[in-house]
Amino acid sequence: MSDTAEKVKKIVVEHLGVEEAKVTAEASFIDDLGADSLDTVELVMAFEEAFGVEIPDDAAEKITTVKDAIDYIEAQKAA
Amino acid sequence: MFGSLTTPRRVVVTGMGIACPLGVGVANVWQRMLAGESGIGPIRLFDAKDLPARIAGEVPTGSKTEGKLDFNEWIPVKDQKKMDRFIQFALVAAVEAVEDSGWVPESEDDRNATGVMIGSGIGGLPTIAENAQMVAQGKSRRLSPFFIPSALINLASGHVSIRYGFKGPNHAVVTACATGVHALGDAARLIALGDADVMVAGGTEAAICDIGMAGFCAARALSTGFNDTPTEASRPWDEGRDGFVMGEGAGVVVLEEYEHAKKRGAKIYAEVIGYGMSGDAYHITAPAEGHDGAYRAMRATLKNAGITPDQIQYVNAHGTSTPMGDDLELEAVEKLFGEACKGLAMSSTKSAIGHLLGAAGAVEGIFSILAIRDGVAPPTLNLHKPSRESVIDRVALQPQQRNIEIALSNSFGFGGTNASILFRKAP
Repeated sequence: MSDTAEKVKKIVVEHLGVEEAKVTAEASFIDDLGADSLDTVELVMAFEEAFGVEIPDDAAEKITTVKDAIDYIEAQKAA
Repeated sequence: MFGSLTTPRRVVVTGMGIACPLGVGVANVWQRMLAGESGIGPIRLFDAKDLPARIAGEVPTGSKTEGKLDFNEWIPVKDQKKMDRFIQFALVAAVEAVEDSGWVPESEDDRNATGVMIGSGIGGLPTIAENAQMVAQGKSRRLSPFFIPSALINLASGHVSIRYGFKGPNHAVVTACATGVHALGDAARLIALGDADVMVAGGTEAAICDIGMAGFCAARALSTGFNDTPTEASRPWDEGRDGFVMGEGAGVVVLEEYEHAKKRGAKIYAEVIGYGMSGDAYHITAPAEGHDGAYRAMRATLKNAGITPDQIQYVNAHGTSTPMGDDLELEAVEKLFGEACKGLAMSSTKSAIGHLLGAAGAVEGIFSILAIRDGVAPPTLNLHKPSRESVIDRVALQPQQRNIEIALSNSFGFGGTNASILFRKAP
C-alpha cells in the first residue's frame, strides 16, 4: 500500500472513530463508515492539512470513498 | 390556546445529575459539600498569569470511580470535537440524571412526551474564541464545520435528545446567571400545562477560558484578593468578600408529572410547588435598591405555590460573594419573610463551588432538594464575620441538621433578570 493510502486511512480512523479493518479502499464514508455530511467536510479539510493540497468544493463533493480520496491526492501530488 | 386545561398538573423530581468543581455524581458532590470541602483552586485550563483573577472552580479531571471527570468515559471521542465543553458537561449531568430516574420511553408516544430544556448563560465561548483567532490569522477556510453547532446554546438540549431519542419539546434558556432556575421552572410549567410528561431540565456552563475570565475581570465582577488562598475566595456575606469566583459544570434534573412518576413506581425526590420571575428594569449589572427584583421574584414564587413565608425552612441564596449583591439579597429576604426570618436557614453553596453562571440555579436546585431529603442545610464556607447582621441563620462554616419541608432557591442574572423556585418534600 502506498504512503498516501496509509496516511489517508489513518486520518479516516482518527476522525470517524472507526476500526481500521473497516477502512477498505471501497468503503464509503457515509454509507459504510457512519459519517454525516459535516464529518466529510472535516475529513476533506484534514486531508488538505495533512497533504498540503487544496481540494475545492466541487472536487470534494466527488470524494465519497477512501479510494476516491487516495486517487485525488495522488493525482494532485503527481501534477 | 390553553382551552383544554382545567388545573395545572403536579410536577416532581425523579432524577438528578451533577458535574461541578466538587466532582461528578450527586452523592459524591453532596458528601464533599457537607464535609465543608472547597472546589476552588488555581486555574489550570489556561495560563492566567496576566489576569487579576487567577483562581476558579474547575471540574476535577480523573476517573468516574474517583468522583472526577474523564469525558472519554461519557462521550465517544469522535463526538467530543463536535461539542464545546459546556455541551459535554450537560451530557454528563444528563446521563446521570436520566439513569437515576430510570425513565426509558419505549413507545413513540412516550418519546414524544419527553422533552429537554437545558440552558447556558454564555454557551461555547472557548470554541468561539479559538475560531475567532483562526479568522484573525487569515485561516477562515480552516474553520471546522462543527464550529457553529459546537457553540450554539440549544445544542446541549439537542445532543441530549439525540442520545436518548427524546422527541418532546426541545428548548434552551439563556438568562445569564438565572438560566438554571428559569430552565427548571419553565420545564416544570411545560409539564404542568400538558406539553410534556417528562422534561430533562438544567443548566450548563464552561466559561473558564482566557476570554471569559478576562471579560468578567473587565466588568470588575471577580474576586482578585485571594489568588494565593483560593479556597477562601468565595465568602458570601463575609466582610472580606471582594467578588465572585468563576465555576463551571452542569446540573440536570428529570422532572415528571406526578401521576406518571407514581404509575411507574419512580423514586420521587421532591415536588416543584412554585416558580416566579421578575425583571429589575434598572441596570445592566447592578441590582436595584433593596434588591427589589429579587423581592418580587420570591414573592411571585410564594404566590404561585400558595404558601406563606413561615412554611419555608431553607433558602439557597444566589449569594455570589460580591460586595453589593449579597447584602441586598439578604435585605430582600428579610423584607419578604418578616417575622418568619426567625428559625430560617439561608446558605450560599457558591462558597464551595464558586459561581457556575448558567448552571448555578440548576446545581443549587439540586442542593435544595438534597437539603430537604436529608434534613440538612449545607454550609456557607468562609463566613467568619458578616458585613450585615441578621436574625436569619446563614449556616456559617458547618452544615446544620434541620427539618426542611420546603426550600426556596434564588438566582439573579445580569440584565436584571430574577427567578426563584420552591421545592417541597416528596408527596
